[in-house]
Amino acid sequence: MIEARSLSKRFHDKKRGAIRAVENVSFRCAPGQIYGLLGANGAGKTTTLRILATILEPSDGTALVCGHDVVEEPEKVRGKVGFLSTATALYPRLTAQEMVEYFGRLNGLDEPTLKKRVDDIFERLDMNEFRERRCDKLSTGMKQKTSIARTLVHDPPVMIFDEPTLGLDIMTARTITTFIRKCRNNGKTVIFSTHIMSEVEKLCDTIGIIHDGKLLAEGTLGQLRERHGEQDLEEIFVKVVNALQSKAEA
Amino acid sequence: MNLKAVGIVYRKEFTEWVRDRRTLISTVLVPLFLFPVIMLGFTALAVELVGKAKQEIPKIMVLGGEDSPDVLASLRKLDNFQIVPYDQNYREQISDKQIRAAVQIPAGFQSALQNGSTKTVEIYYYEGELKSSFGADRIEKFLKDYREQVVKDRLAAKNVPASVLTPFEIKQENVAPPEKVSGSSVGGFIGYLVVLLCMTGAMYPAIDLTAGEKERGTMETILSSPISRMDLVLGKFFLVLNASLATAALSVLSMGISFSALRRFNSSASSGRGEAAALLLHLGLKTVISIFVMALPLAVFFSAVLMTIALFAKSYKEAQSYLTPMTFLVIIPAIASMLPGVELTPKLAFVPILSTSLVCKEIMSGTYHWNSMAIIFGSTCVYAGVALFLAFKTFQRESVLFRS
Repeated sequence: MIEARSLSKRFHDKKRGAIRAVENVSFRCAPGQIYGLLGANGAGKTTTLRILATILEPSDGTALVCGHDVVEEPEKVRGKVGFLSTATALYPRLTAQEMVEYFGRLNGLDEPTLKKRVDDIFERLDMNEFRERRCDKLSTGMKQKTSIARTLVHDPPVMIFDEPTLGLDIMTARTITTFIRKCRNNGKTVIFSTHIMSEVEKLCDTIGIIHDGKLLAEGTLGQLRERHGEQDLEEIFVKVVNALQSKAEA
Repeated sequence: MNLKAVGIVYRKEFTEWVRDRRTLISTVLVPLFLFPVIMLGFTALAVELVGKAKQEIPKIMVLGGEDSPDVLASLRKLDNFQIVPYDQNYREQISDKQIRAAVQIPAGFQSALQNGSTKTVEIYYYEGELKSSFGADRIEKFLKDYREQVVKDRLAAKNVPASVLTPFEIKQENVAPPEKVSGSSVGGFIGYLVVLLCMTGAMYPAIDLTAGEKERGTMETILSSPISRMDLVLGKFFLVLNASLATAALSVLSMGISFSALRRFNSSASSGRGEAAALLLHLGLKTVISIFVMALPLAVFFSAVLMTIALFAKSYKEAQSYLTPMTFLVIIPAIASMLPGVELTPKLAFVPILSTSLVCKEIMSGTYHWNSMAIIFGSTCVYAGVALFLAFKTFQRESVLFRS
């Protein structure tokens, strides 16, 4: 379970002054569900997810992940979370197996459990062929699989994906979306961010439209269609964002 | 602090470190092979070049002396000169290395010797040119011998013994043990080397583990794991410290071997075999342990400072541009310790880098000022502690970790 409570994040930029990257964002995501954060570049998706993964600390508000407060117990939260984004790269001089084992050990797995878990994941993701290969020698698809294995090794109940298919080819992106779906089917709480409408339509149980750091609309795809009188998600998105801009101009 | 987690990070960083070719070069190959090659290679080359220069029979020009046939005859009798005919462009010929030197016999030189008046014989040579200096030295030696013979002849003519010229002899004798002598001569350099290599050894891993990690995009990966920032910093820090000490230790070891090989080489060439093992003897266990203990807090200081600064950079290249000026900040006090007359004083004991460099010099010459050593160790520990604290704090700053 993820529960964001009035999350806000402010940065200070020398040239632009104070920047409100996230403002008063609240939502809930239950186990066995996928929550999709839909927004343009710079909308605040990454910052929100980084706060949930405790990589960043909120300026105001907080969030509960599996009952642990992201501000009070960040290490416990990280132990319950698998975090994957295009920015979470692999260590080039480690092999795929060493990479996954490293994160298993950091998550406190004992050696027999770790070995069993690694063998199981490598079998499931069909990674045995390149398990001894260094990460800098892997193809993009192999790297993505290794990253997935890294997030799964401690079997976290919560999965956070920050634009996980950004810049990937169709086949590799498909591996990721299949994996996200499997996570939901296995009862995990899944939250992911994207600006690709089709991904949201295919995957998400609940959609949150975020713009300029604010969560502007939330609901299932059906609820959003009904509320905004549009079938196409892209049209809904534009309508929601334009409404905010008109309000701001007024 | 979770020691197990620190160990996991350290082990992983170590695995990556030994697989990095740059590490192999900067930590192992350079200290192990560069110094012996430089020291032994250059010494052998210098010996060879000087030997060849000495073997050469220099071309010498004699200017004047037509009215001094005796001195000319004596000069011509010698077989270690080749006397060339007079040419008025002798200055250019010396500068162009066509001849090595020229000697000007003043007019009336021989008659001046006979009537007891003093004339000046001038030698022309090319200052700084080795072969020209050797040629000039040979002429000077000939003239001194000739002068001595003239004096002896004059004394003999007056029935005065030659011993009147040397009423007593003077002899200098070294009383310091050979290890102290060798320590004094090379100790400053060892101190300089230890300080410099503690820093250069730490530099590459410090960059790789901070700015390098940001550049490769693995910083966010590791920050998403449950390890605490403190354990993460410590795991990385111990690897940087390890690299720093390994570089310094390998360098001192290779220097010790090179020096002792050099001494053996020199002593077998001359006679003083007894001094051969002097340096080797003084790089014994006590010296090595003392230098290690004194260098340890400095290595901690360097490792923490370098990590902190490199963390501000977004890329390896940017970090290098931040840290290169640091090298000068370290080299200046380290070189200052090698200057003659710069000794360890209570005030200097508080100056980081310089104090460690000076104390290494003292240790190398077998002097142990325990009070100063305690002050230096304590003060450097404080500086190292502050630097490490800053490294922890910097790792907590989102604006630094996610600088864009």
